[in-house]
Amino acid sequence: MTMPTTVSGNRGLQLEQNLIFEQDTPGMTAVDLPAAPKVIERLGDMKSTRRIGLPGMSEPDVVRHYTRLSQKNYSIDSGFYPLGSCTMKHNPRLNEKMARLPGFADVHPFQPVSTIQGALELIDTCAAWLKELTGMAAVAMSPAAGAHGELCGLMCIKSAHEANGQGHRKIVLVPESAHGTNPATAALCGYAVEAIPANAEGRVDVAALRQHLRPEIAAVMITNPNTCGLFERDCIEIADAVHEAGAYFYMDGANYNAIVGRLRIADLGVDAMHINLHKTFSTPHGGGGPGAGPTVLSPKLAPFAPVPQVVKIGAGFDSEEHAGFGTAKQSYGRMKGYHGQFGVFVRAVSYMMAMGIDGLRQASGDAVLNANYLLARLGTEMTAAFEGPCMHEAVFDDRFLKGTCVTTLDIAKALIDEGVHPPTMYFPLVVHGALLMEPTETESKQTLDKFIESMLHLARKAKAGGAEAAFKAAPMYSPRRRLDETKAARKPILRWTPSEPEANGNGARQAAE
Amino acid sequence: MSETRFTKDHEWIKIDGKVGTVGITQFAQSQLGDIVFVEVPPAGKAVKAGGEAAVVESVKAASEVYSPVTGTVKEGNNALPDAPETVNKDPEGAGWFFKIDLANPSELDGLMDKAAYDKYVAELS
Amino acid sequence: MRYLPLNDTNRREMLAAIGAGSVDELFRDLPKAALASAKFKLPNTASEIEVERALGVMAAKNLSCGAAPAFLGAGNYRHHTPASMDYLIQRGEFLTAYTPYQPEISQGTLQAIFEFQTQVALITGMEIANASMYDGATACAEAVAMACRVTKRGAALVSGQVHPHYRDTTQTTMKFLDIAVECLAPDPAGIEDLIGRITPELACVVVQTPGFFGHLKDHTTLAEACHKAGALLVVCVTEPVALGLIKPPCQMGADIVVGEGQSLAGPMSFGGPGVGLFATREKFLRQMPGRLCGETTDEDGRRGWVLTLSTREQHIRREKATSNICTNSGLIALAFSTHMTLLGEAGFTRLAQLNHAMAVALAEKVEKIPGVKLLPSAFFNEFAVVLPKPAAPVVEELAKRKILGGVPVSRFYPTYPEVANLLLLCATETNTIADIDTLVGALKEVLS
Repeated sequence: MTMPTTVSGNRGLQLEQNLIFEQDTPGMTAVDLPAAPKVIERLGDMKSTRRIGLPGMSEPDVVRHYTRLSQKNYSIDSGFYPLGSCTMKHNPRLNEKMARLPGFADVHPFQPVSTIQGALELIDTCAAWLKELTGMAAVAMSPAAGAHGELCGLMCIKSAHEANGQGHRKIVLVPESAHGTNPATAALCGYAVEAIPANAEGRVDVAALRQHLRPEIAAVMITNPNTCGLFERDCIEIADAVHEAGAYFYMDGANYNAIVGRLRIADLGVDAMHINLHKTFSTPHGGGGPGAGPTVLSPKLAPFAPVPQVVKIGAGFDSEEHAGFGTAKQSYGRMKGYHGQFGVFVRAVSYMMAMGIDGLRQASGDAVLNANYLLARLGTEMTAAFEGPCMHEAVFDDRFLKGTCVTTLDIAKALIDEGVHPPTMYFPLVVHGALLMEPTETESKQTLDKFIESMLHLARKAKAGGAEAAFKAAPMYSPRRRLDETKAARKPILRWTPSEPEANGNGARQAAE
Repeated sequence: MSETRFTKDHEWIKIDGKVGTVGITQFAQSQLGDIVFVEVPPAGKAVKAGGEAAVVESVKAASEVYSPVTGTVKEGNNALPDAPETVNKDPEGAGWFFKIDLANPSELDGLMDKAAYDKYVAELS
Repeated sequence: MRYLPLNDTNRREMLAAIGAGSVDELFRDLPKAALASAKFKLPNTASEIEVERALGVMAAKNLSCGAAPAFLGAGNYRHHTPASMDYLIQRGEFLTAYTPYQPEISQGTLQAIFEFQTQVALITGMEIANASMYDGATACAEAVAMACRVTKRGAALVSGQVHPHYRDTTQTTMKFLDIAVECLAPDPAGIEDLIGRITPELACVVVQTPGFFGHLKDHTTLAEACHKAGALLVVCVTEPVALGLIKPPCQMGADIVVGEGQSLAGPMSFGGPGVGLFATREKFLRQMPGRLCGETTDEDGRRGWVLTLSTREQHIRREKATSNICTNSGLIALAFSTHMTLLGEAGFTRLAQLNHAMAVALAEKVEKIPGVKLLPSAFFNEFAVVLPKPAAPVVEELAKRKILGGVPVSRFYPTYPEVANLLLLCATETNTIADIDTLVGALKEVLS
């Protein structure tokens, strides 16, 4: 199908936008500054006279540039975003407003402790909610994201083993269905990784796990609910077996949204678990971060938690910033600058306060209800990978596409034309041609019904045959059609480069030598 | 004597006297899809049978190429890094990865011949 | 609850479609014992006005930098945030999008990342930059890990002029990989000898420009010595505004440049979230951590952007990935990028000049206070001074007068009594000459 062309390349509201570097008006700036006091410079021989190569633009043009770019994005504010394992729930604007209170936004991490009592109280409040919800003894607040929280948990585990003369434990067990960060984190913590298989039900094969347990095993990392959207029914048995073998049980809390307010993590025998505040507690994903990955710890691991730590002193708070001192006597050290993702904590606390424990319990209930509704309604035309009930996400495999030339990828791209963000594709790896759908609790039945209608239509169309070409051509209506990823990877262009005549005196060229 | 043997990891090795030429099979390239990056070993590198010798990547997958035999790399195919698509186009010809001086030719006995490999692949799909 | 759209009628209809009697039935895989023991001592739902009230009270317990003359730096800087920058990053299409995994409907985020990568490459002078790390400290640790991969060596030397949090984070991260990181003693005088300590085992030497104590140093000779020994030079930048005025790391021979983008990306927010900058030479591309955005075309031949070279990353390479990073600092990178775009070359260099001028104006007055000695002769917008008495109580005393008068170095180095009298002072465009006079007047009183 050929689209009618326009002179500008624009298509009504879809406006083409060049790179900022192609809009340069030399000398232009959108920021006026007060005059500088007259002083004699003290730069020694370090003053630079280079031209950096940054483009100049006016304020109206900059605002228009980013506004137009934003319009090329799909977002949770604009539509249904059932991206499995990502918990794309509504991001309340109250959170943003609270994070911008000058008393939170305009404070410096190294102000005297007497002037930051409210900031320390905020961190302590966030920690108190997380500890009460999980029943765990302590929480390390510094990890910057989920993968960083995993690292924090494994660092605590390794430190505990070493303190107990168990430094010979060098292997971490990770299920095949795990997210890639689990094995990557274990490797970053100096561990070797062994995969454990899943059973036909999409859960950890407990017998196989037991066979792997031996004196070299340091920890087992299990996502629960797992990446197939199922609760690991045997997780207490697993925890007992792991502990019996002298290892620790790390639970990946990426899917905590499904169970928040329903049970306490401590009751599952967990030693460490990270919590993605940018999933369960509604802080925005921002196109890829920032997140926060506070990590709750059992009494055995708590002494090794990283610094800084907020400490209650009488009616106020102090900040322990050094390993080897005070509450941090056995701390393994520091893993991030300053006091963690403070701005994310403010947003999460704002959300937790607004929801309350009754709201959080209702949220996990609605999240699971919505996912099971998709599983039930879509199961008529699509093939569910596992028997329900599922938790907060439903996974389908591509058996329903067998015999057609349509793939999971094609279905996903066709959904874009239907105005929906595609589910997670080809993950978990243990499900062939997986489509992992996580609707979250912030979607109405009406939204789900519309999605179901689109999805069922596409499934029937694929199975009826004859529509392969239409599927392969999708998406048609998005700002760009399918992009050539092979070309991007074979000859990577990772930055804008000036055309030759402009390049004189440019820093980038000098670095290229 | 010139014959080709195959591994379970989908490498082939073509023997010419004491020198083997190694690459990945037609089946392997079809599974990987468009190949975007190849790293070949430098001449003189000692490799073990089953040890990592080269790297091949598509957009969505990365894989090690294991040496079918023990020996010393005689030459890497230096045309590949600039034209990784050759592996897609001609995996068992111009898309070869490296040539190796065999340390122990008897290792070849543990590898599959063409008929056995074809049967092995047929069972996978 | 206002964030939850389902009502009881919906729930009943949906349960009927599922064939379940209740929502609790859907949780039947959860262990019964754990369900029974789950009791939470937490408050119930609260209205918007109640949340605002509670958090407003908490926020008001802090002395915000806007309410007091503030001269704090040490890696976290207070700069003016243009109003349009904060507006643009709050557009829902940026704020509430996920990582751009579906490029056809994520071109906005992707183009912004491509522009960010280019801006970071330009200001550092390096060839390529990634889509961001968590913060400067973690980026520094990643740089050391990458240097070890590139050189196939397992040791690093870190200057005493590198930010203590970068040093600690790097040392902590590397000890779990059995990589020996030697952090030299804090070097306020700027006299440490790094070249003499280079050994054939070193993967890299890590320095900072401007240094933690304010010194501006040319590391060209050090870079040459590193390269001669087969090691890389990693340069940290905690205040990227400086790059508008001082010699960039690339001109000194840096191999990896890491930094903190917070100073150009909005509020200090008590130190987080920030945005880690990571730039290097093109030849090290395959060893780089983090996401990368690259240019390509779509089926109609139109230019577009995709995440690329992901085979380095955890979701494909798993335990062999260059890093475990997944979520990075997307929105803060966008804030950094919009601010840089608003500034442009002219605004960026002018901002740098203004910062330096304010710091010199501060230095001129502070060094005249009896007993106070300025340490660096060349600096950007921050410098260390030696006070005639311990700095921490002085700062407390100033805080009582509602002045945020710098950062005492003892806060970072409790085991080094020799730094007790050192104070770090910083001035930016957010300070006025009147602020400086207030600080200097109060300092004189407190020190006398």
